Amino acid sequence: MRLKRKDILTIEDIARDEIELILSTAQSFKEVSEREIKKVPTLRGRTIINLFYEASTRTRTSFEIAAKRMSADAINISASTSSVVKGETLKDTAKNLEAMNPDCIVLRHPSSGASEILARLVKCSVINAGDGSHEHPSQALLDLLTVRERFEKIEGLKIAIIGDISHSRVARSNIYGFIKLGAEVTVAGPPTMIPSGIEKTGCRVLYKIEDAIKDADVIMMLRIQLERQKAGLFPTVREYSRLFGLDSIKLANAKKDVVILHPGPINRGVEISSDVADGPYSLILGQVKNGVAVRMALFYLLLGGSRE
Amino acid sequence: MNRLLIKGGRVIDPANGVDGIGDVLIEGEKIKEIRIEGQRVKGPKGQRVKDSDTRTLGHSDTGLRTIDASGLLVCPGFIDMHTHLREPGYEYKETIRTGTMAAAAGGFTSIACMANTNPVNDNASVTRYILKKAMEEGAVNVLPIGAISKGLKGETLSEIGELKDSGCVAISDDGRPVTNSGLMRLAMEYARQFNLLVISHCEDTGLAGDGVMNEGFVSTKLGLKGIPDAAEDIMVARDIALAELTKGRLHIAHISTKGSVALVRNAKQRGLNITAEVTPHHFTLTDEAVIGYNTNAKMNPPLRTMQDIDAIKRGLKDGTIDAIATDHAPQDSDEKDVEFDKAANGIIGLETALPLCLRLVSDNVLTLSELIAKLSANPAKLFGLNSKGTLKVGADADIAIVDLNKEWIVDAKELKSKSRNTPFDGWKMKGKAVKTIVAGKIVYER
Repeated sequence: MRLKRKDILTIEDIARDEIELILSTAQSFKEVSEREIKKVPTLRGRTIINLFYEASTRTRTSFEIAAKRMSADAINISASTSSVVKGETLKDTAKNLEAMNPDCIVLRHPSSGASEILARLVKCSVINAGDGSHEHPSQALLDLLTVRERFEKIEGLKIAIIGDISHSRVARSNIYGFIKLGAEVTVAGPPTMIPSGIEKTGCRVLYKIEDAIKDADVIMMLRIQLERQKAGLFPTVREYSRLFGLDSIKLANAKKDVVILHPGPINRGVEISSDVADGPYSLILGQVKNGVAVRMALFYLLLGGSRE
Repeated sequence: MNRLLIKGGRVIDPANGVDGIGDVLIEGEKIKEIRIEGQRVKGPKGQRVKDSDTRTLGHSDTGLRTIDASGLLVCPGFIDMHTHLREPGYEYKETIRTGTMAAAAGGFTSIACMANTNPVNDNASVTRYILKKAMEEGAVNVLPIGAISKGLKGETLSEIGELKDSGCVAISDDGRPVTNSGLMRLAMEYARQFNLLVISHCEDTGLAGDGVMNEGFVSTKLGLKGIPDAAEDIMVARDIALAELTKGRLHIAHISTKGSVALVRNAKQRGLNITAEVTPHHFTLTDEAVIGYNTNAKMNPPLRTMQDIDAIKRGLKDGTIDAIATDHAPQDSDEKDVEFDKAANGIIGLETALPLCLRLVSDNVLTLSELIAKLSANPAKLFGLNSKGTLKVGADADIAIVDLNKEWIVDAKELKSKSRNTPFDGWKMKGKAVKTIVAGKIVYER
């Protein structure tokens, strides 16, 4: 079984049954990471390039480990140590990497749409590991897997996504993903961070975290990028934290079986307090674990078996 | 002397209310005679000429070249109020030679070029350089527009008097708004003594921020930073207030929002001396053209929404919008073949403008005569060019001959412009200039 597509660029353009296939495949790969010898030969001889134009710990490591546990050869390129600093364009970098005949390029890039542009330029598969404020599909898939494991279904769940929706690729991918699988999604944040027309995706918009989390099954806290404060989108970190930070007092009014997600890296004491991040409702480390399985599934479903 | 007879075409000259089958006789660089079937005929000095004299217009003349224009439209050559010729300074994008050839292929006989060259056209030596190059290499007339402020920096006025004397037809800091209201006031006031048009690129830069496309659901979906329509509306409102204060002549460049159209309409109703232009892309495309991160749909002001297009069309119909201008902005592929947020603004437009404009006629927004007025007579009037934009006897023989029914497909590689940045590549078009005549000489034919 393979996906009938070359690339994974967005959740917006991926069908529900494709998402289900990725999640069930990921579920079956989780066991590989529990073995003493954490490796299967499935993608031996395949070459995967992780091309990262932005700093990343979790996502890059996760893609690299996923590739290696599938026995693919993984190469990591960081923009800061590559020809990008010499002014090479994305197009030229793409063409040069393609000349070395990789099977897949995983791209993290600060410009929205960069992965779509790359996918048009190269014949190999492209996985979007986050493009600007656009999408981060593998993050949404691992979030879906984490929630599905906990509740055994997604359909009918209430998801609250809290924070800077405007600049969040995680929010966009999760809104599409959870709605496609039948959940109800509410977003909440300061009005300066709610993008124009977001409700047309089918989500509900609120401006109070208390209202948004009241009946939520899942609370997803977004990382607040501290440079947004310099841009004036909120007055101070203190005020943001007071209004939108999740702490045990606000959490007291949530459902008793609520779970909390965060894509990381967390700003402790800003968008989430330490006692909540490390507390019993938090699935944050479970997300990271599932990240490896989801990325193994993506590599397998794009590259596995023989080319059709 | 060069004599050219254009025979049997549908002659439309909006400035003189002419629309009929007839002949146009050119002698030298001027229009010598015009004869329309079943209409009064005017001779060289406007006196009545007997029908029998004109029936054989140029008949016994052996040195006469005749163009059979039957089935074709014959009208004043188009005047583009807004182009970027990129020379001097950015000759890798466009030159006066290639830009004017593109113009001729689009039926334009005069094009006004903005001042954002390198060096900036903020002094007489640059204006003279442009005019000299245009004289030597240009296929059509080039009308330089001088900078409002030195270096387009928005700090101090250029020597506007000398710019006018050396040939500038208007002043503008196009590409950049004049953010300082005090300086814009001075520009409008100062330009009054020369009766010069002040062309304003209306954008509140603080509100536009680092936006790269129209703000709305499409920008939200694509994760691209938006430019709200209020960024234009605010500046249009400011400039209208300054025009009211100064009694200066204000022209709004590339209007793109329904709010701006309403503001200009209201200002005109109040009797203010305000005019406006729109580009073909702003009444043809919406922000959805950006989907797929198409950098050839990136320009400033950005493509807006269907509601804005509807308002612009109403503005064209009721006369709120006086002119159609291309904002022809050539960009090298290296500046477009990059991530969307890093790509340069602008599209080329001279060779695709006419068929896009003709859609306004087939959609019953404008009559053919009204459309031609917005492409010729009105721009000529705004620039104070008495012998252009009209086919009256004695006027400059700048003429477009158009096949309204010619169907063709845009192939960016085949365009005369040096750059290829058009969102209309591959589009099916109807209507094409088949001969373009400048000062009595055929500068383009196909």
